[in-house]
Amino acid sequence: MAKLDSKTPQGRLSEKWTNHKSNINLVSPANKRMIDVIVVGTGLAGASASATLAELGYNVKTFCFQDSPRRAHSIAAQGGINAAKNYQGDGDSTHRLFYDTIKGGDYRSRESNVYRLAEVSTNIIDQCVAQGVPFARDYGGLLDNRSFGGVLVSRTFYAKGQTGQQLLLGAYSAMNRQIGRGKIKMYNRHEMMDLVLVDGKARGIITRNLVSGEIERHSAHAVVIASGGYGNVFFLSTNAMGSNVSASWKIHKRGAHFANPCFTQIHPTCIPVSGEHQSKLTLMSESLRNDGRIWVPKKMEDVKAIRTGQLQPTEIAEEDRDYYLERRYPAFGNLVPRDVASRAAKERCDAGYGVNKTGEAVYLDFAAAITRYGKEQAHVKGLDENDVVLIKKLGQEVVRAKYGNLFQMYEKIVDQDPYETPMMIYPAVHYTMGGVWVDYNLMTSIPGCYAIGEANFSDHGANRLGASALMQGLADGYFVLPYTIGDYLSDDIRTGPISTDSPEFDAAEKEVKDRLEAFVNNEGTHSVDYYHKKLGKIMWDKCGMSRNEKELKEAIKEIKALREDFYKNVNVPGTADEFNEQLAKAGRVADFLELGELFAKDALERTESCGGHFREESQTPEGEALRDDKNFTFVSAWEYKGEPSKAQLHKEVLKYEEIEVKTRSYK
Amino acid sequence: MNLTLKIWRQADANAQGEMVSYPIADVSPDMSFLEMMDMHNEQLIDKGEDPVAFDHDCREGICGMCSMFINGEAHGPDRLVTTCQLHMRKFKDGDTITIEPFRANAFPVIKDLAVDRSAFDRIQQAGGFVSVNTSGNTQDANAIPIDKHDADKAFDAATCIGCGACVASCKNASAMLFVSAKVSQYSLLPQGKVEATDRVLNMVSQMDEEGFGNCTNTGACEVECPKGISLENIARMNREFLTASLKG
Repeated sequence: MAKLDSKTPQGRLSEKWTNHKSNINLVSPANKRMIDVIVVGTGLAGASASATLAELGYNVKTFCFQDSPRRAHSIAAQGGINAAKNYQGDGDSTHRLFYDTIKGGDYRSRESNVYRLAEVSTNIIDQCVAQGVPFARDYGGLLDNRSFGGVLVSRTFYAKGQTGQQLLLGAYSAMNRQIGRGKIKMYNRHEMMDLVLVDGKARGIITRNLVSGEIERHSAHAVVIASGGYGNVFFLSTNAMGSNVSASWKIHKRGAHFANPCFTQIHPTCIPVSGEHQSKLTLMSESLRNDGRIWVPKKMEDVKAIRTGQLQPTEIAEEDRDYYLERRYPAFGNLVPRDVASRAAKERCDAGYGVNKTGEAVYLDFAAAITRYGKEQAHVKGLDENDVVLIKKLGQEVVRAKYGNLFQMYEKIVDQDPYETPMMIYPAVHYTMGGVWVDYNLMTSIPGCYAIGEANFSDHGANRLGASALMQGLADGYFVLPYTIGDYLSDDIRTGPISTDSPEFDAAEKEVKDRLEAFVNNEGTHSVDYYHKKLGKIMWDKCGMSRNEKELKEAIKEIKALREDFYKNVNVPGTADEFNEQLAKAGRVADFLELGELFAKDALERTESCGGHFREESQTPEGEALRDDKNFTFVSAWEYKGEPSKAQLHKEVLKYEEIEVKTRSYK
Repeated sequence: MNLTLKIWRQADANAQGEMVSYPIADVSPDMSFLEMMDMHNEQLIDKGEDPVAFDHDCREGICGMCSMFINGEAHGPDRLVTTCQLHMRKFKDGDTITIEPFRANAFPVIKDLAVDRSAFDRIQQAGGFVSVNTSGNTQDANAIPIDKHDADKAFDAATCIGCGACVASCKNASAMLFVSAKVSQYSLLPQGKVEATDRVLNMVSQMDEEGFGNCTNTGACEVECPKGISLENIARMNREFLTASLKG
């Protein structure tokens, strides 16, 4: 196998992208009309890439498993999108955004990619505003900003708690324009089943029409995977029910390296699990930590009284509350990065201070913010600043305007009013920094196969900062991939249409059909969800917020055994040639059962702690994550060798030219 | 809780559908409606029966994929929620719950409770966009200040999730609330004004072509809309449409 080559351009960091764009090969407008590109997934990355590729002149075929491209899970992103606009004049710059992202990622991301991300971030905002994305504005009519975890500036643009929705609908509208012009052919309710390689190059995919069950062949000169992350390997996560790893996993099995699978983000502020029936978890945006203060009681007797319902959180005096993030991290307080905040919540709950029946919840309290805003409003309006009832009412109005939809979501799920009593929250799986390995051009280790957005690994290292996923998705899709892909496609201008009538397509289609038939013909006893839940439990217990050698080894064994049992005993009702949700799910869970094992193997190999990957064996005396830069300043890129346990490790050594690698401190 | 579910079962688009009753026991009030449906499906699978097909994805009320007409209301009895946000605490022990798909000629049933809403996509493709290239070479985002009140109204209209509850709730199966939300979003913003005439004419024409009914101002759509999209948007679209028609 060829050595990993990141293809990072030479030259100064700040000039790499500009120089690279000036020097790569282009495809003429006339030739673009002869070239087909497949895009799998219609989240921010996939939709924006489809739109731009079509606009440049390529023939685009786009696929999504949902009933409409507008439903992709980017839609659920809440808090915002970062950009180094420095509209607030608070000292922001491209370099600072770049630095914050590298540091937030605990120095495990590729410097050149992150710099480019910071560089194009400002264009994203301009672009989205031009498309009519209704970002929040202040009374002067200019764009408003707020702050997110791990940074000391306000650079996050937002649209209430629905930023992802507004950005995705913007990208969807750009796509719609091209669908209307016939430049994008859209395939809804289609699932990618496999990648087809011809002469070692990605030349098409096999799909299943989820309505009719029909297996279809689609060819192209290049294939772009934009299918998101794999958080659902944990069964319970904030991902949508259909979010899956299958497209990424299928290309991995065809030769694309899978990088840093153990780098998973566990988000500190989610609604806690309520019972065995739980099907997914709901995020409460990080933006809430701008105004919410996180605490647990200081006294164990208060904890007990709360759990039995004898005491309400609002009755606990200020001095009896432990605002543990403010206590431990005075510089960043409640706005520490997600991995730090999650581990701190786990630490308090493990010590017995959890505030709900299960002992796995902490408070996120808005009372102080409500009072602060209330007084401000009373002052502005010339009203009585000492009228407690009035202050509360005015303050609640401000909080409602900022976070109304999030508070409403919380109330509907938990049946408590967060304007009156603090929210209860607990960490949950949210995002995966790991993903398909890509070079600077976002090409995977398969020629002609690209991975963008959450599906790739490149920009967030071992921990992603808030409001950066939307930034990366749109950066990759609008501004990076459409140009870098031309460099590869410039060799294909004389290739002509790719035929689907070839032995390679025959073989791939047969494999897909055999796999589906095996599922529906299996006379098993357990449902697909039975296995998915079991896998999720192993992952959460042994590969979750903190990991150790013994449990990771157990996880590897248990996942392997579970996978074998799955193939023997899974019960998939119905047939392969009809609308069959259980069959679709079986294919996805089968892939999770392989990925889960590689995940644990990766976590076992990386004996350091970094970002969201916390190895109990590697911590400071204060319990902070302890990196091992000498031995682990590299990307783990795994090559598929028949089964997850045999995967071969390739290391892409990370070199930092512009910044000094330091211990990450938020104290 | 013990409940009786009366669910619309239909094998595919061409099959004759029917209501089928199922008893379900031990439902927890903390379950979401869809978690109750998951539990029911697990029981059907265990018995060797075909599970009930229904659309769902994000399960937090934003993707717009879940539908279901529950006890005669789109997204069920609660207000300002989608079916996935509806919780079983809204029902009582012993209740019979009727569950049907969103019904409209323009939304053919695919299977059981899943319907085809691609007509909505086609309406958006007819004009639901600003024709600006995605090169990033536009002017600075702060070059045009926008009145906060207009920006907020545009945002409120833009929060439509495209679920189709408005159509399912309307006795005429009209899509006016859905279409007007998009038209309003753009008509309230300077970026949308350039193409305002073509947009409203093209989107309305596509809406008619898809077979959605007319608006007779009953307001059921607004009541059932999980995002509280206002009827004002329909009024605004009518104004836009009239102006555009006069211009030709």
